[in-house]
Amino acid sequence: MCSLEKRGRLFILKLTGDGEHRLNPTLLDSLRSTINQIRSDQSSSQSVLITTSDGKFFSNGYDLALAETNPSLSVLMDSKLRSLVADLISLPMPTIAAVTGHASAAGCILAMSHDYVLMRRDRGFLYMSELDIELKVPAWFMALIRVKIGSPAARRDVMLTAAKVTADVGVKMGIVDSAYGSAAETVEAAVKLGEEIIQRGGDGHVYGMMRETLLREVLVHTIGEDESGSSVVRNTGSKL
Amino acid sequence: MCTLEKRGVLFLLTLTGDGEHRFHPDTIATILSLLEQAKSQSTRGSILITTANGKFFSNGFDLAWAQTAGSKTGAANRLHQMVESFKPVVAALLDLPMPTIAALNGHAAAAGLMLALSHDYVFMRKDRGVLYMSEVDIGLSMPDYFSALVRAKIGTSAARRELLLSGKKIRGEEAVGFGIVDSAAYDSEEGVVEASVRLGEKLAAKKWSGEVYASIRKSLYPELCGILGLEARVFATPKL
Repeated sequence: MCSLEKRGRLFILKLTGDGEHRLNPTLLDSLRSTINQIRSDQSSSQSVLITTSDGKFFSNGYDLALAETNPSLSVLMDSKLRSLVADLISLPMPTIAAVTGHASAAGCILAMSHDYVLMRRDRGFLYMSELDIELKVPAWFMALIRVKIGSPAARRDVMLTAAKVTADVGVKMGIVDSAYGSAAETVEAAVKLGEEIIQRGGDGHVYGMMRETLLREVLVHTIGEDESGSSVVRNTGSKL
Repeated sequence: MCTLEKRGVLFLLTLTGDGEHRFHPDTIATILSLLEQAKSQSTRGSILITTANGKFFSNGFDLAWAQTAGSKTGAANRLHQMVESFKPVVAALLDLPMPTIAALNGHAAAAGLMLALSHDYVFMRKDRGVLYMSEVDIGLSMPDYFSALVRAKIGTSAARRELLLSGKKIRGEEAVGFGIVDSAAYDSEEGVVEASVRLGEKLAAKKWSGEVYASIRKSLYPELCGILGLEARVFATPKL
């Protein structure tokens, strides 16, 4: 499902295997527990996280087929992803998504939950597919979209045309930080960026807290609501 | 004063005649009722294009009518009446279950520019027409929903400053640079409308669900929807 590699002070989290890396409850649990492992590592406050994937997909979103068999699982998957994103937002280290394949809907949200988005330009796109497949968009997805995409026209294009955003277009829209010729080059660039960041030094704990304030609107949605959508604050176990 | 035509999948709303298309309470009521008509006849693939004849798209509220009230209080009341009655027009456009395009044939000022900005896409002419928020020049304060609309649709503080605080008359190319309009590549009234029709047909071909489209649109602008009394929040969990 996912693997964790440590290269010096870099944590490389990979969604493994050739499938669509659909965010089903099992994968989400696996990702969360890996993030917790990273968080509790001794060197965590001087490290960097890189998230990437094998194959054609970064992640193709929630496991909709599974949800069709059991509708309560859609609530569960959304709740688990919310917790995972809250954990990423509070993580005491910079985070880089090395997007080497398609990232759709919840999968796109996962990529965008990272501080830096590096992406290959030869294949793959970011795709908020909800308009095309008639899926309602959770309020907390929109909070992240608003925080991470600065231009109103770009937000409109992403959400109201269900644009399939390739890396170079993503760079123009301000969603993607930089684009590379291949999957390997993207990961290489992420590693290089990670090492540069580590060189700069700085306290990951402070970094994490600053990121929380920057993304406060998203946190309000990710930890402020329980499954029924009411405003009861829920302890997800994240460091808040 | 204004008409609603159906051309295939396109609803064409036109402010007719050669005048300034100022918004008098009667004009506002007519526009509102035509929008309600379009909404009631909407199907998958419907599109709204709003345009006008002559030199003006619209020069805003009918201030002359306000002045003929005969007293300062009377004038203020009439202005207030127009401000309040125009609010549902903006709400109706935000709520409309289809993509909306404003094809600016000419000048759009104050409430006239607000009408334009209430659309998903705005096209204007390169050679003619300016955008102008006259309030700072004529000493009128702005209704809260005007400011919210500007904040929702115009992303940079420099652009907002130029539009609201400088009394600048912004021409096509500059408007594109500020991110206020999507394109100003057209040399004639026909050119702007044609471009709108082309975009409209492209969007119509997707046959999106109007309900889903409107719901996602509103979730892009929660502050504005709050002020307009529109329920912006979509479900906290996706309808998987």
